Amino acid sequence: MRGPVLDEDLLAGVRDVSPLMLGIAPFSLVAGIAAVDAGLGLAEAVGMSVIVFAGASQLAALELLGENAPLAVVVGTAAVINLRMLMYSASIAPHFADYGRRLRAGLAYLLTDQAYALSVAEFDENPERSRWRYYLGAAASLWIVWQIGTVAGVVLGAGVPDAWGLTFAVPLVFLALLVPAMKDRPTTVAGVAGGAVAVAAVGLPLNLGLLAGALCGIAAGLVTEVTAS
Amino acid sequence: MTGALGGLIASPRAWVAILAIGAITYGIRLSFIHLFGRIDGVPTRLQRPLRYVPPAVLAALVLPDLVTPRPSVAATLLDERLIAGLVAGAVAWRTEDVFATIASGMLALWLFRFVVFA
Repeated sequence: MRGPVLDEDLLAGVRDVSPLMLGIAPFSLVAGIAAVDAGLGLAEAVGMSVIVFAGASQLAALELLGENAPLAVVVGTAAVINLRMLMYSASIAPHFADYGRRLRAGLAYLLTDQAYALSVAEFDENPERSRWRYYLGAAASLWIVWQIGTVAGVVLGAGVPDAWGLTFAVPLVFLALLVPAMKDRPTTVAGVAGGAVAVAAVGLPLNLGLLAGALCGIAAGLVTEVTAS
Repeated sequence: MTGALGGLIASPRAWVAILAIGAITYGIRLSFIHLFGRIDGVPTRLQRPLRYVPPAVLAALVLPDLVTPRPSVAATLLDERLIAGLVAGAVAWRTEDVFATIASGMLALWLFRFVVFA
């Protein structure tokens, strides 16, 4: 299971994740800028990016912190946004089941939308890959770019004009992962239903619309699969 | 902006939030990765729904950032974010190229924001 770390499988993860950096870099800049906007300093911004390391929840938490929302609302909102990773954890867990406890604990820390989506697609296509090395290559690259971008965002701060719409890089990153994930009828229905419900439920408190959309999308995919067979 | 050290002392509220969110998020990430290493394999009843996690969750993340329902259909559709998202989606579908998807989406956004709707 172990061997030289810098091998072909790890580099494949690095290579496959690199085009995503076009979106991740502005995303992380926005996280740094948002921290400044919320009245936080470099230490908190980097602290958040290292300790939380989950962009969508960081942006939501920073906005609420800036508005002086109650701490329970800040933490609750971020937690609800990140609950989707419970599904990622369940979905990727079988691929990691043979690994030792400490390795799994480390891999779990690096779990993100991008590392998850790339890895499960790759594990499906190339079962002979070293799974942990491929995942590590993608996930650790994301981590490094995320931290550098956060620092750059804090330093540049207000120097980046809002009109550039850097925040738009955020949905584009997810879109680039979403389209290839809709590869047949049931998965396409799952995506369409999940997106539609999330838009309709966008007003729900604590960002619960995201979770509602995800669960309805999964249900719609299952129903489509059952009715087709 | 407060200095790095000043920030450390000045905002205990932020640190409480960061530590709490971090702990909860790590717990969520570790949950099944930890559990399925202890028990043998994933219950088969769970395997089928998990197949739909990527499209359902990613779509629920994307769509609310592209679509904002407005009083009229025209106002909802004539939104630079939706148009740019459709362009990027079409590029993703045709090319399956991540770089081209993100680049075309940003370029389309700028085109509509600074030229077409300006």
